[in-house]
Amino acid sequence: MHPAFFYILATVSVLAALGMIFQRHPLSAAVYLVVCFLGLAGLYAMLSAPLLAILQILVYAGAIMALVVFVIMLLNVRDEDLPHEPHMYWHLGGGLALGAALFVVLSKAIHKVPGEAAPTADLVARYGEQVGGAPKFGGIEAVGLHLFNQFVFPFEIISILLTVAVVGVVVLAKRRI
Amino acid sequence: MVPTQYYLLVSAALFCIGLAGFVSRRNLFIVFMSIELMLNGVNLSFLAFSRHIGSLDGHVFTFLVIALAAAEAAIGLAIVILIFKNAGATAASDALSVDNYQSLKH
Repeated sequence: MHPAFFYILATVSVLAALGMIFQRHPLSAAVYLVVCFLGLAGLYAMLSAPLLAILQILVYAGAIMALVVFVIMLLNVRDEDLPHEPHMYWHLGGGLALGAALFVVLSKAIHKVPGEAAPTADLVARYGEQVGGAPKFGGIEAVGLHLFNQFVFPFEIISILLTVAVVGVVVLAKRRI
Repeated sequence: MVPTQYYLLVSAALFCIGLAGFVSRRNLFIVFMSIELMLNGVNLSFLAFSRHIGSLDGHVFTFLVIALAAAEAAIGLAIVILIFKNAGATAASDALSVDNYQSLKH
């Protein structure tokens, strides 16, 4: 894919993330976050991860953010419910200074990441080729086989975690058990 | 092909923005969404390294992180609703502030 797509998608995600933390009302923040997640889905697609790109749109931008927006609307948040933040921009400035310091440290570490990404021909050689010439790497078949061959135990653990979450939500939501 | 390092820089930027929002905002929803943003920054990192070394491990981890985020969203939003209801019953304003977590103590 053309490198220009990367710059567009990266700018959109980072700017939407910045816009999200500067919003006063959570509903507009949620919309900014959805834009950020859509940009990230595009980046996933550029990284030969079509399955995760679709999951990002379906589960993250779709299900989770729809749940967040649903709860915001369910609570009927009025302006006086929002916390009083008279020094919001000062606090955000301090938080962004902390973030920038961490970013400098991380970018120094990233600068030391060796080598270049594996060429597409390599991926085709290792994972086979789909109809149309793209490698099977990152497709639903390759990821599914990898998940169920080598990560069965984490997969089971995550299913237990989801069950625990469901039970926990029921416990939290009910007044008397 | 865009170098892996550029993707990692974007991922680090998203993580740091999420951290900034997490430490400096007092709105429960925005704090929650900042955590989601940090999770997504890490996901992008996983996928970039996965593509870098040509292994599918990062894809599986990202898949698990998305499932984890779904569980976290369910629990987190239930807690937000509880705080909002408890605080709204006692105080007239600021019901969505993170300081209201004490209303959950019994």
